[in-house]
Amino acid sequence: MSVNDISKGRRPKRAPLSHSLWPTLKTVLRTLGSVAVTLLGLLFITFIIGRVMPIDPVLSIVGERASQETYDAVYHQLGLDKPLLVQFFYYLWDVLHLDFGTSLLNARPVSEDIARVFPATLELASLGIVFGVVIGVPLGVLAAVRKGSWIDQIARVVALVGYSMPIFWLGLMGLLIFYGILGWVGGPGRVGIFYVDIVPTVTGMILVDSLLDSNIDVFKDAFSHIILPASLLGYYSLAYISRMTRSFMLEQMSAEYITTARVKGMSEWDVIWKHAFKNIRVQLITVIALSYAGLLEGSVLTEIIFSWPGIGSYITTALLSADMNAVLGGTVVVGLIFILLNIFSDLLYKIFDPRAK
Amino acid sequence: MSDTQSLRAWLLTETPTSRRHAKLSALYHGWLSFRSNTMAMIGLLILVALVLIAVLAPWLSPHDPFEQNLGQRLLPLGSEGHVFGTDSLGRDILSRLIYGSRITLYIVALVALIAPVVGLLVGTVSGYVGGWVDTVLMRITDIFLAFPRLVLALAFVAALGAGIENAVIAISLTAWPPYARIARAETLTIRSSDYIAAIKLQGASALRIITKHIWPLCISSLIVRVTLDMAGIILAAAGLGFLGLGAQPPSPEWGAMISEGRRFILDHWWVATMPGLAIFTVSLAFNLLGDGLRDVLDPKAGD
Amino acid sequence: MNVMNRLLCGAALGLAVSVSSVGAWAETPANMLVIANRIDDVTTLDPAESFEFAGADISRNVYNRLVYLDPLDLEAGYKPDLAESWEVSEDGKTITFTMREGVTFQSGNPVRAEDAAFSLQRAVILNKTPAFILSQFGFTPENVEEMIRVEDGKLLITTDKKYATSFILNCLTATIGGIVDKEEVMAHEVDGDMGNTWLKTNTAGSGPYKLDSWKPNESVSMSAYEDYYGGAPEMKRVIVRHVQESASQRLLLERGDIDIARNLNPEDIAGLADNEDIKVVDELKGRLMYLALNGKHPELSKPEVREAFKYLVDYEGMVNSFLNGQYTIHQNFLPATYLGATNENPFSLDLEKAKALLAEAGVDGLEIEVGVREAQERIEIAQSLQNTLGQVGIKLNITVGTAKQILARYRARDLDVYLGAWGPDYPDPQTNAGTFAYNPDNSDEANATGLLAWRTAWYPGDLNEQVEAAVTETDREARIKMYEDMQAEFRETSPFVVMFQQIEQSAMQENVTNFSTGQAVTAAAYWQVTK
Repeated sequence: MSVNDISKGRRPKRAPLSHSLWPTLKTVLRTLGSVAVTLLGLLFITFIIGRVMPIDPVLSIVGERASQETYDAVYHQLGLDKPLLVQFFYYLWDVLHLDFGTSLLNARPVSEDIARVFPATLELASLGIVFGVVIGVPLGVLAAVRKGSWIDQIARVVALVGYSMPIFWLGLMGLLIFYGILGWVGGPGRVGIFYVDIVPTVTGMILVDSLLDSNIDVFKDAFSHIILPASLLGYYSLAYISRMTRSFMLEQMSAEYITTARVKGMSEWDVIWKHAFKNIRVQLITVIALSYAGLLEGSVLTEIIFSWPGIGSYITTALLSADMNAVLGGTVVVGLIFILLNIFSDLLYKIFDPRAK
Repeated sequence: MSDTQSLRAWLLTETPTSRRHAKLSALYHGWLSFRSNTMAMIGLLILVALVLIAVLAPWLSPHDPFEQNLGQRLLPLGSEGHVFGTDSLGRDILSRLIYGSRITLYIVALVALIAPVVGLLVGTVSGYVGGWVDTVLMRITDIFLAFPRLVLALAFVAALGAGIENAVIAISLTAWPPYARIARAETLTIRSSDYIAAIKLQGASALRIITKHIWPLCISSLIVRVTLDMAGIILAAAGLGFLGLGAQPPSPEWGAMISEGRRFILDHWWVATMPGLAIFTVSLAFNLLGDGLRDVLDPKAGD
Repeated sequence: MNVMNRLLCGAALGLAVSVSSVGAWAETPANMLVIANRIDDVTTLDPAESFEFAGADISRNVYNRLVYLDPLDLEAGYKPDLAESWEVSEDGKTITFTMREGVTFQSGNPVRAEDAAFSLQRAVILNKTPAFILSQFGFTPENVEEMIRVEDGKLLITTDKKYATSFILNCLTATIGGIVDKEEVMAHEVDGDMGNTWLKTNTAGSGPYKLDSWKPNESVSMSAYEDYYGGAPEMKRVIVRHVQESASQRLLLERGDIDIARNLNPEDIAGLADNEDIKVVDELKGRLMYLALNGKHPELSKPEVREAFKYLVDYEGMVNSFLNGQYTIHQNFLPATYLGATNENPFSLDLEKAKALLAEAGVDGLEIEVGVREAQERIEIAQSLQNTLGQVGIKLNITVGTAKQILARYRARDLDVYLGAWGPDYPDPQTNAGTFAYNPDNSDEANATGLLAWRTAWYPGDLNEQVEAAVTETDREARIKMYEDMQAEFRETSPFVVMFQQIEQSAMQENVTNFSTGQAVTAAAYWQVTK
């Protein structure tokens, strides 16, 4: 698994940084174009899936008892009697006006829903990735430096166990032990019931909002609720990040310049951090960005087990009740984030990769 | 004894006498280095055991995995005749786990056949042909990559109907894009090599070059990736089962078993824990094996 | 639990992770009620449209109706609510309601007969799913302004023919009977929608609670309406929190983070038995679990086969194992506690009898499909059936899908067997009789997808007339007799195998009193709760 499978591998040898504006502009335009095409494709596929799915959106709205008359009225109202492509273009037209439509199931604008559920996921994923990086990177470096030692073996086992554990099972067990029996952490949900709606919503992330409001009680409570699911997600990214760090580091450590540095009598610490690690920073950021993107897609199962009202469970619920506006809106947001993080890491790569220079 | 000795010597020779001899010798060297990796060997042994269990299921399982007995439900671990206890309908958990290994292997084998092959096709064609074909294929790959994976799988299963075959298709659909990326990157490297240029000069067709020269070179990195992905596939299948969209009852699919058992997690924890451990063991085995294979087949990434 | 507890405690302590214990060991405030429930079915709050369980819970506490069911005395039937009294005209077709004086909406507007008339007219005109509850009395969007009208400050409701008064008033206790604030609602009208868009996510009632917020799939929060005409409720805040998993609900309850857990499964209920701080309250609900055998299937439509199926359900085995405490055997279309309900449950698992019946019908080896939504208890019922049917040579394939997927196929008459649940819409026997045993036109073209009998492709014959006759019978005893007769015939001949009636088990802190989920007749009520 080299970075090639993640970034596109299509980059030609880059010319020395040109100061003329045109090439930059061209790159920007091309990037924007490819983002647009990818998003359009994403929307189209989601749209088609939504329409061929045997879950009936009309039935989701009118319920089991509806008469045929009521059913037909809603069918018409949703525009389902129009040809598929026409429906798609109507939808696209609305999206271009930043209107994601109304959720069929809760009668609110989808954009409002996303503004509500996405910060929940953002908060969880961000804390998760922090865990992953803070523990995963040093672990990976250590494993590479002491290759074959017991630290390396432990790091390997920790990572492989992380890859192999069914998260829904681990989540249930964690909840049982740390919440149910020991009472060390808060239970399912984002905050305890007495702390609901106490701090004003600014970012939608309760940890941040409570700090903005300097309400330390709410912060503590929210933290006690997020710590368990975030560490679980963190464990998963930790597994991936530490493994990747290890293999990047190994590649560097066997390079000639390291040997040279050692021969010159540089301290081992400096060799590792000032030379080897410095050279893997860009690759590492790419890995972290992608890992973050993965967490931001919303870990559906974690969200379900921890009653976490995030975007993953939002899209899933919407999907299973054929609430297509909600699914489309959610997918666009998640897809966009994924694409942007990809472009970000690509860009970073292009600018800083020593080989590219 | 002396036969094996000489076979060993023949395999370890520094001066192979034929191409086949050289190939076998290289394989043997790989095997030796693989065998010295204890963890990878453990992984391999677990998987061999899994295959044996799946094949011998009817003889190994103490009970019929579908036989219900409502009077004997939720028996604890170590009960008389039910070592792993019984589930909500009084079925023997051990027997269900044993039969469930067949389903797991079936899913893994099918996905491992479909996803990398699709990825290989798309990636090599894209990389070799280049131009607008490359642009279009890579754009499609991007679209699939940008999809939230479980959502895409869910959507397809919801569209096609729940069931193992559909779960396999859905997981394959979400799994192929990374393979395409790898295959494309490898193809780009290989394509510009002198060796391919030489074959081109001899007048080999594009089809021949792709199938005879590029594919074989992509295979090893794909195998490593597939093995490492297996755990993810098992977990994805279990996740679908957990959400009720995988194998249909009364099938003893492990993910579905966890889903059934999670209702009793507080008082009858073994019902969900046993299949959880089974999934964990098998995906760990695949990870160990993949890790070891990477060291053997792709030395630059491992060492 | 205990062994597990000790084991896990040991293991976890061994980890010696230092996580600060914040927020744990909490207890809910004395004037606040916190409930864990599944509220993902709420799609709208408009009483003219709302038709799901959790939505009805909100409505019941936010809106008043003309007549209501007292949560502390449900057996009494309907009692005066916003209507103080009523009179029935001599021809039995018009009811005149005198409105209660001095009641105000939460907006401060007075509650008038105009509001009541508007609310009911609106429900008929909007013609959303639950509209049939009112329109069965002959109201149409065209005539409703004449049939439901205000005269001299009184509300007059005129039906197309004479019905049992109890039937009409029972229907008015349903969610659709909720009285909305006309001024407030019409102030939010958009494109002639009579405020529907606004009311989907907002409320305009006069009930004991005001809605503070509804976050879909997250929580519903309400606060007491201090000027409620019946006196301000004791619980000043009520929060209903969406918690999907039974195990999570139980953990929250045991930790004291919630007062009531509404969706515990039998195993978790059993696990709470030793906990002295928690009590479990059983309420018989109206929901029935049944099988429907498609009349379009050549074998399943044979009377002997239908009867055989009724002997192929392991009723006892199921209620004593995985349904323990949460379902009781019930083989009739009227749930127990309903007018005319009967306790006759003649069927039990009898493989020999079933075999004989199948042989009589000439059925030998049959493969059929059952559709079931992905809810664990239903999947288990299906597997139990699979097991018993297998013993008489019938192969049952289970198709699990989302509720909507399975329902769509049932409505299209596409499933061999449907395994599902049915809950009554209003506390009158007609609600079930009119769907299980009534289907005047069984042709595909009739497309009467609202009727269970139609979905099952069954023509109930003379039961049709009996159902029609029963709604106009005003003598209570005679009406009861009619329903008993209908059910006796239904049990024997229908393609429905009614199996179980639901019991809702609410687990709550010992100090919570008077909580009611509304039993078989209505939704949950919070205003009478104390703790």
